Amino acid sequence: MKTFSGKALSWSLKDGAIEVVLDRAPCNEIGSTTLEELEQFAAALASLQTDAHALIISSARTEGFCAGADLREVYRRSQAMAATARLSGIRDFLERIHRVMNAIDAAPLTTIAAVHGVVFGGGFELALTCDLIVADKMARFCFPELRLGLIPGFGGIPRLKRDLGNAVVRDLLLTGRSINATKAQAVGLVSQVVAEGDALRVARATAAQLAKFDRETAIAAKQFIKPIPHDELRREIDTFCDLFTRPAVEAGLRKFVESTDALPYLP
Amino acid sequence: MWQNSAMPTLENTTAEILQLAAQHFKVPREQLNAGDDFFKTLGINSLQALDLLTRIEQHFHIELPDYELQGVSDFRTLAERIQSRL
Repeated sequence: MKTFSGKALSWSLKDGAIEVVLDRAPCNEIGSTTLEELEQFAAALASLQTDAHALIISSARTEGFCAGADLREVYRRSQAMAATARLSGIRDFLERIHRVMNAIDAAPLTTIAAVHGVVFGGGFELALTCDLIVADKMARFCFPELRLGLIPGFGGIPRLKRDLGNAVVRDLLLTGRSINATKAQAVGLVSQVVAEGDALRVARATAAQLAKFDRETAIAAKQFIKPIPHDELRREIDTFCDLFTRPAVEAGLRKFVESTDALPYLP
Repeated sequence: MWQNSAMPTLENTTAEILQLAAQHFKVPREQLNAGDDFFKTLGINSLQALDLLTRIEQHFHIELPDYELQGVSDFRTLAERIQSRL
């Protein structure tokens, strides 16, 4: 399928670049609908990549790239289940999203996340699957999961550890603070910081540059420099599931869902 | 040698925040006061507050961890947090 338009995202292929555009209100929270469409994309990737050299992931939402997992859906579904079903449900969700993230991470294409605004939790983890991150200067990156009594569950920490120093990873993970695009570039997370509203244009220009290079060489270079941290990703799923059934997590989710706080996204 | 006089005053910083907020959220500057609750006055949500935080960091060339904004809702206290990072 060369083009697709769903409830949460769309994709198209143009000039050798696959463009995935996230578009689900309020800020592309990743729940079952988004996961299903991401799985469709991962399945279509094998066919799409034969005519492409690059993949760009961006967001059509003004608020940002992606605010992470759909916590309201997670809470609603977990409340309707017994504890054992809750655990198997969350493990199944994680296994599925990991398969998608790994497929994007390992795609034989040069992949670019064009981000703006909120790049939080699972959204940050999605961006980390990409080879390059082009950030609008108003982008903010954050792992707020500890506030819920959890760790990031979509592969974020192993991928961040792959790319950055452990001290930076600890700072982001343990404080849960958000950092802006300039800081993210200073620590080596972001490839380019661009003017407001310009991330997608710059990502496209970067993709056009990549088209000049021999594709097999680009694939070999990527495989050499970007190994998938499979063992740590597996441990992340196990740790997340160990933590998930604790009462602190249910309390954290309830607090978020029921919050009237003006700052529910801030740790 | 660092001169204390080079440090902007709390009043200056507050005025700059008010100007920044008025400009970005398209609110007449004269409607904003230092003691105002900026969530109510500007009518902003948490995502827009993050946007304001980023603009403040860029304007003052500082890093302001968002947990320092917990419990802060008026422009003057926000200016105090910024002052401590200048």
